[in-house]
Amino acid sequence: MKRTILMAAAASVAAGAVAAQDNVVNVYNWSDYIAEDTIEKFEAATGIKVVYDVFDSNEVLEAKMLTGNSGYDVVVPTSDFLQRQIAAGAYQPLDKSKLPNLANMDADLMHGAETYDPGNEYATIYMWGTTGIGFNYGAIAERLGEDYEVNSWSMIFEPDVISKLADCGVTMLDAPTEMLPAAMNYLGLDPRSTDTADLEAGAALLESVRPYIRYFHSSQYINDLANGDVCVTVGWSGDVFQALYRAEEAENGVEIGYVIPDEGALQWFDMMAIPVDAPHVDNAHTFINFIMDAQITADITNYVWYANGNAASLPMVDPEITGDPGIFPTEAASARLWGSKVYDARTDRTVTRLWTKVKTGQ
Amino acid sequence: MTTLRSSSPWRLTASGLAKLGLNGRALVIAVPMIWLLVFFLIPFLVVLKISVAEPMIARPPYSPLFIEGQDGWSIKATLGNYAYLFEDSLYINAYLSSIKIAFFSTVFSLLIGYPMAYYIARSPEPKRSLLLILIVLPFWTSFLLRVYAWIGILKGKGVLNAFLLKLGVINEPLIIMQTDIAVYIGIVYTYLPFMILPLYANLVKLDDALLEASADLGAGPISTFFRITIPLSLPGIVAGSMLVFIPAIGEFVIPALLGGPDTLMIGKVLWTEFFSNRDWPVASAVAIAMLVLLVIPIMLLRLAQSKQGDSA
Repeated sequence: MKRTILMAAAASVAAGAVAAQDNVVNVYNWSDYIAEDTIEKFEAATGIKVVYDVFDSNEVLEAKMLTGNSGYDVVVPTSDFLQRQIAAGAYQPLDKSKLPNLANMDADLMHGAETYDPGNEYATIYMWGTTGIGFNYGAIAERLGEDYEVNSWSMIFEPDVISKLADCGVTMLDAPTEMLPAAMNYLGLDPRSTDTADLEAGAALLESVRPYIRYFHSSQYINDLANGDVCVTVGWSGDVFQALYRAEEAENGVEIGYVIPDEGALQWFDMMAIPVDAPHVDNAHTFINFIMDAQITADITNYVWYANGNAASLPMVDPEITGDPGIFPTEAASARLWGSKVYDARTDRTVTRLWTKVKTGQ
Repeated sequence: MTTLRSSSPWRLTASGLAKLGLNGRALVIAVPMIWLLVFFLIPFLVVLKISVAEPMIARPPYSPLFIEGQDGWSIKATLGNYAYLFEDSLYINAYLSSIKIAFFSTVFSLLIGYPMAYYIARSPEPKRSLLLILIVLPFWTSFLLRVYAWIGILKGKGVLNAFLLKLGVINEPLIIMQTDIAVYIGIVYTYLPFMILPLYANLVKLDDALLEASADLGAGPISTFFRITIPLSLPGIVAGSMLVFIPAIGEFVIPALLGGPDTLMIGKVLWTEFFSNRDWPVASAVAIAMLVLLVIPIMLLRLAQSKQGDSA
């Protein structure tokens, strides 16, 4: 969190400094989501100044996109949000003649992204990941026994199990479109179902374990997991790996793991797109093309521990990362991943309302 | 022609303004009026406009108020968003919960702030000025950073728990973060200066002769305090309480950062409507309803003040 604030502060200072010049690109990306030297390298290679700003929820990005005149040239929404924002007319089609590095991309993954953006017309994959379980080895062994193997959603969704973990801190993402499908999937229902009865069943399961949840938040858990302030989190793959990495760096004795549970998990894509009213369209294409450079993408994956959609970059990615089934799932695990479903307005309201009920009991 | 040319431009302007019924006084009043118009009334009308629209997937995500049809302009508005606030108990519960949290925060602020204000008002100069500076000093640091500092103090492995564990007062760390207690601590801490300053301004004017008279007539210090000091400081109590209560009702940052998921406050509900549901019209209706809710205590304050004016 501290780093996020510093980055945001640095970005706003930079925004003031470069306001007078025109050769800039305004990038709006997730917090803790880029290699430390990526921007430096881009500026050295192209002479274009980057104004880098961060967010930590799709909703905040969406509000800016739907308001318009955000001033951003490149933004990174998650696939299902991207689809709705395309429908609202928030993005402009990519000029693929300016993106020769598209050839580096993995055809299968880009095809997967077409579910949200037919023909990959508006966006290209930045990183992708899964929503699984991050945990503290020591705390789990202490409470569930040395032999307990974390491999199932039962750790989260069975009151008997999760109640034993409540004292060391269990957290969930504050993202109903990710938590409800996970609960529905555990019940044997279709995680992509929009049937109200299915959604309510998922919500009821979440409510049954609600008393053992410390908090619902989508970025706080990185630090808390690393510091040992919480011990189990339903979180995004790369974020949990960042917690793992931070704990290793701090040498605080906290050992962290991440699994894609055997029952399956949500797979999502974060996509680079150009807002329809972007002030620097050419620079935006230059930036997106630069990110798709094999070495640059490899650098980012090596730093943020998220899988990428760039086939050419994989040889340059740390084998520890490509070999980790939590980041690059095995084929068998991949088969059990599901994509997010875009809800219509009515289902959206049902889902949010159920989520409020889960969180507040109201 | 010659007379017109001979008159100075200044005279022309002044007489022109006088013809329009404007004078110096009106000009002075115009500045705050324009300020209110631009920064309060116009945004309010924009929010009001959105609150009668319908949500849709577009930019911006709601239906336009004025629609250009074949036979000119027509207006499309709905009160459905307001009706919706009554259909789902969530909104009423959130309002009630906000009032509850704001009320108790105000009571705690008063209980803590009154002795502090009293002590400062009774202190001799220059100690008094120093104490006042200390009250205002936290404003020099960003409010957001101060709330973050409370996370560091209150969290499971935070400063407070480490201290209490070391002293042996507790054996297990207290879970304060992500509870309503943390929200109360945050609100009372943040708004305490707004309670102390009006109370101080009132108490410092308290005439010592009245206290002496009370003592001469046989009242003890406690009796004097409750029968003389407190009634005389009532305007300060009311002003301070309003300054804490009104912003606390709509508070978003403190419950979002310190509160738990079950801390239900209208500011958070509004956030959910706007960001998670993308339903700007209902979010606007929630905001307008909150405004109406806040106007009631302000009216009560004005009523109390005008009554006091009558009696004085």
